[in-house]
Order: sequence, then C-alpha cells, then structure tokens
Amino acid sequence: MRELKILAVVVVFTLITYYLVEPFAHSHMHKHVEGEGYAYADLPALDKKGDAARGKELVMGAGACTGCHAISKEGMPAGMDPTMAAQSYGVNPPDLSNAGAVYEGKFLAALIKNPAHALMVEHKFDAAKGKMHPMPQFYGAGGDKDQEVADMVAYLQSIAPKTEELTSEQAYQLACGRCHENRYAGWTQIGQTPKFKKKQDELKFNLAKADYQDALTKYMGKLPPDLSIYIRSRGEHYIKTFVENPQAYLAGTAMPRVGVSPEAMDKVIEYLEDSGDAKRHERESVGKKVMIFTLVFALFAYLWKKSLWKELH
Amino acid sequence: MAHFTKATSLHDWLNQRLAIDAVRRVMATEYWIPKDINFLWAMGMVLAITFAFLLVSGIFLLMYYQPNVKTAFDSVNYTIMTEVDFGWLWRHVHGVAASVVFLVIYIHMFTGIYYGSYKKGREMIWLSGMLLFVTFSAEAFSGYMLPWGQMSYWAGMVITNIFSLGDLHLNGLVEWIRGDYVPAQAFLNRFFMLHVLLLPLAIMGLIGLHFATLRIPHVNNQEGEEFDFEAEAEKYKKGDKKGSKVIAFANDFMSKDMFVVSIYLIFFFYLVFFHYDFAMDPVNFDPADGLKTPTHIYPEWYFLWSYEILRPFSTNIGLMAFGFAQVIYMLLPFLDRSPNAVPAHKRGAFKIWFWLLLINMIVLTAMGKMPPEGIFSTIGFFAALSFIGLWIALPIITKAERKL
Repeated sequence: MRELKILAVVVVFTLITYYLVEPFAHSHMHKHVEGEGYAYADLPALDKKGDAARGKELVMGAGACTGCHAISKEGMPAGMDPTMAAQSYGVNPPDLSNAGAVYEGKFLAALIKNPAHALMVEHKFDAAKGKMHPMPQFYGAGGDKDQEVADMVAYLQSIAPKTEELTSEQAYQLACGRCHENRYAGWTQIGQTPKFKKKQDELKFNLAKADYQDALTKYMGKLPPDLSIYIRSRGEHYIKTFVENPQAYLAGTAMPRVGVSPEAMDKVIEYLEDSGDAKRHERESVGKKVMIFTLVFALFAYLWKKSLWKELH
Repeated sequence: MAHFTKATSLHDWLNQRLAIDAVRRVMATEYWIPKDINFLWAMGMVLAITFAFLLVSGIFLLMYYQPNVKTAFDSVNYTIMTEVDFGWLWRHVHGVAASVVFLVIYIHMFTGIYYGSYKKGREMIWLSGMLLFVTFSAEAFSGYMLPWGQMSYWAGMVITNIFSLGDLHLNGLVEWIRGDYVPAQAFLNRFFMLHVLLLPLAIMGLIGLHFATLRIPHVNNQEGEEFDFEAEAEKYKKGDKKGSKVIAFANDFMSKDMFVVSIYLIFFFYLVFFHYDFAMDPVNFDPADGLKTPTHIYPEWYFLWSYEILRPFSTNIGLMAFGFAQVIYMLLPFLDRSPNAVPAHKRGAFKIWFWLLLINMIVLTAMGKMPPEGIFSTIGFFAALSFIGLWIALPIITKAERKL
C-alpha cells in the first residue's frame, strides 16, 4: 500500500510537469487556428449547374486557358518547359488535368473570375496599383458569366480523376509541388528527379531546377521551404489549417490559399507522411508486439519476485 | 606463480584463473542490501538499463550518422529514419531514452534528498552521483547538436555564448569552444567527438565510481535505520531470512529490481512507439539555418529549471545565479547541518523545505519554457529568487533541527 502511495506521488508530480512543459507551454507559444472544413465561406456558392461540353469549348476557346495551361489528359501539351514557364510567369502554371479533383468547385469558379481574390494574395497583386496577378481574370465570353464559369468548372471536374482514384502524388504535385520541393520523395519544382544515366543529364536537370528556383524566389520573395518532413516539424493540424488559410497564421505571406478539397488535402497529408514518416505503419505494428512482450515480461518478473520474497517476509 | 591443477570442469578452469566464485559472492550473493526498501531503490537499475539502451541504440545510430554540416540532418532524418531497417526504432529509442533518463535521474536525486542518503558517510555517493548528473547533462547537450536542426544550431549558439560570461566579454573563449565564430563544421565535429567518445567514457568511469561509493556505507533504507550489516548478514546466511534485516543483491534485490524495471519498460516503450514527440522537438525537424532564428528558443525540459534561473535577471546577475544553481546541489551534504540521517517526514522543517524545493523546481521548469513575457516572467523571477532563498535557508533550518 505504501509503495502505491509513493508511486502515486511520483506519477502526479511527473504528469503535472509534463502538462506544464508540453500542452500548456505550447498552447501559449503557438497560435491555435481552428479548421474551417475547406468550406471557403467567403467565396460565393457555385449554384449554377454547369454543362461540361459547353465548358470544354470555353476552356479551349474563349476562356483562353490553354494559352498558358496544359491539359495533358486532353492531349493539350504545355507551351513551354517548367523553367521557362516560371521565368515567364513566376511559377509554372499547372496542368489542369486533375484540377477538378484537387480544388474545390467554388474555389475554381472564384479563381477563374478573380485569381488574386480567390488565392488571398490581393495584398501582393493589386490591379489598381498596376500589379497584376499573372493569371488574367475571366471577363466573360459574352453570355451569362456565372453560367460560363460553372460550365468550365463542370468540364474540369468531368476530366479529373474521381475522388477515390486521385493519388497522393497527383494531389501534392498540383496543390504544392510547383513551389515546394520534397527531396525525401525525390520531387523538385520541375518534376520527379529521374535516374540519370549520364553526368551531363544530371547537370542539365540541376541547372533547370536552379533556374526555376531563382525565378520562383523572385516571384515569392523567398524560396518556399522543402516539405520533406513538414509532417514532423509542423504536424498535420498546422499543415491542414495553414493550407486552408495561410493569412490566418502569417498575415501578409506570399503563400496563396490553395483551395483544395478535403479529400485532396487528405491525399496531400498522405504524401507528406510517406516522405516524412515513412515507417509509421511498421512503427505501429512493431509497437503493439513490443507492448505485448513487455506485459508478459512484467508478469514473469512479478512471479519471480513473489517466489523469492516469500522466504524473506 | 600460483599453483594450478588440472581443471575438472570449465567452471573450475575459470575459477582457478578468475576466481569467479569469489567474484559472484562479493558482487551478488553476499552483497547485502537492506530489506526495508521500496521501489524507489530500484531507480539505479532503471538508470543502468536506460543507459544500456542509450549505448546500444547509439552504436547502431553511429553506423549511419554523418558528422558533417551538409549531410548530418539528412543522415538522421532520411537515411536513418527511412533507408536503414529499423533505423527509426533506434533513433526513437535513443531520443526517448535521452529524455526519460533525466526523469529517472531527478526521481533518483529527490529520493536521495528525501531519505537523507547523502549524509553520514554517504557523501561520496551523492558527489559521484552529481558528477554523473553533470556529465549526463553534457552528453545530452552534445547529442542534441548532432541532428543539426534549427534547435541544435540555436541552442548551440545560445549555450556556448554563456561562456563569454557577460561583462567579462570572453569572446575568445567562446570562439575557442566553437572552433569558429559561429557553430559550424568544427563545432559539429568536436561535439560529435564529445558525444560518442569522451563523455561516454567519463560516464562509464563515473558509474563504476558511483557503484564503488555504495560499498562501504551501504545502501540506505526506508527509515534511515542504522544496523550492523555483518550481524544481519550472518543471520541471513544461517537461514533466518525472515528475521534478517538484509537481503542478497542477487537474486533477492535483483528480482524486485527486475519487477520495477518491467513496469518501467511498459511506460518506456509506450513512449517510444506511441508518444515520442515530447522528446523530439518539432523545431529541430527544420534544418539548421544561421540566418533564421526560431521564434522561441528553449532547451530540452530537463534543463529548463536552470535556464529559468539564468533568464529573469540582468546578464551578469543571471550568470551568477546560474553558476549558483549548477554547483549548489553538489554541496548538499555540507549545507545540511542536521545530525539526523532519516527520511524527511521525521525531520520537521526539512520536510517542508523538501516539498517547497520540489515545487519550486517544477515551477522553474514550467516558466523556463514559457515565453519570457508578462505574468510568466514575474512568476519565473520570484521562483528563481525562491530557489536561491531555499538553499540559503537550508543550513539555518537544519542547524536548528533537534537530534532524534
């Protein structure tokens, strides 16, 4: 009984100390931002029903999207390589093949109408001051502009992979990968690092990457960080809420709101876990076995102690 | 030359050459431990096991770690964590054990303080233990540099800066310690050497000394009772195990130790597999960047109390207070003037002193982590003053203690 009381004292003081230096201290050091469920409540709802066929005509035609964006799934290649694109626009405009699956519909609609507003970078791009966002606004193709935008969104959604088919690579590459390297996953802003057969190929690739990063640094103000182990340095909650609304954490940051759907965000997290916490499944399964071992060990240790101390008391 | 006969067995062969029977008797079966003890007496074994974990996991990590400012971070976070089979396990065992070992050291220390186990012939036990605390601290700090993350770099910067000693401006000393103007390759290399060679050697030597210091004064017991170990040992050997006040180190004491260790291992492996974050600060998962100071720089939890004694004062006074905190525990056997070597609950004012000190340490620890602003700064300031006050009061209240 006395030993249990002593144990209780030790445990209570340990837990108080733990509480104070971990949850309590961290709650004071870091701003807590609640998730908004990727609702993008400030953006208007997408209530018009879009027509994908009409949307395709707009995207390829009057919308002029393919002037800058590739849609490889529809056989529309990129006009220039990523490095040249970054040198022209600041960042490589994304291939739109998966855009309908990665971005929320209402976000896409808002983005087409006014990119700087949807991306929450109006502090950086203000048309009144002559600072235009590299993606021009869609001013309409002569009909009901809202309907036209809804049609384009419907088209992008119709060619995108279904939610359950979207891979974590597709989600990361489109949502994060044009600005953020992930060296542990072999990803660079200009694409997956290939296996090089010749030294020259490696040098060419690295040169293109360095040029891309220079252009990106100029565009963003600083080179966006490598996300290899952001899952350990920032954690899932921070990443999820930061992506949803970067301004809530870092007012004035050049990082745009990404406008991902909740499903795509889960895929991004999976990608970050694969690069930054690759052995998590092994850890959980080995952990369970080790816990069973220690419990059995404790049982035998108890029986051994009991058998010896029977003679001592 | 000793006389050797033809061995009758391997045991006999070894016994003639190494006296293994005698060694076993002296080290185990007739190494006498008091019977009136509780689980806190097993903390030595818990520490030995934890140190073994640190050593073994460290050996495995050492096979892949690269002490180079360009590659250190990725060798830890990519090579060891992803490419090496079970590298993640060794790293998490090493990181968690490095943190938990300090929890157990503090429990062990405060057990010693509570039961008066530093008095009347046991001063060397206390002093060698405190030397171990100091070397473990240096070991922990040097190890913290190795992943070369943001916290490694900036903690290295802040802690080595302390050696400029305020207004003495000993910048030359700081540069000598760093081997450079800022923490860089020379710095990483020397802390690597300290962490994997010099300090582990010192620790192993001191562990040997710490064990040796127990031999003559014997281990204390729960009531601080003084008795004749020889007479009690005779009783035990004659078969009166129930009546004897002593037990054999092995297997009597060992079996209790192992039971306590087994409970500890449940806790330890739970942390390793399911709750390791507390021991690995998230900030250190960003690579070292000398141009980007982290918003909050704080040491690992086990250094927070002394950090908080440094922080609330102006530079020079803070350094003096910090120096005071570093040596004062060492002097405990000489500051406690009481003639009684009994548990705190039998010692009146000392009992209050003990609990105040423990609470003070926890308050200092908590405030050491908080940003030094507003109310936390004020609490930290008064806690640091109280710490100094408590130690100044110790000789006075213990001098006044009645002899029991």
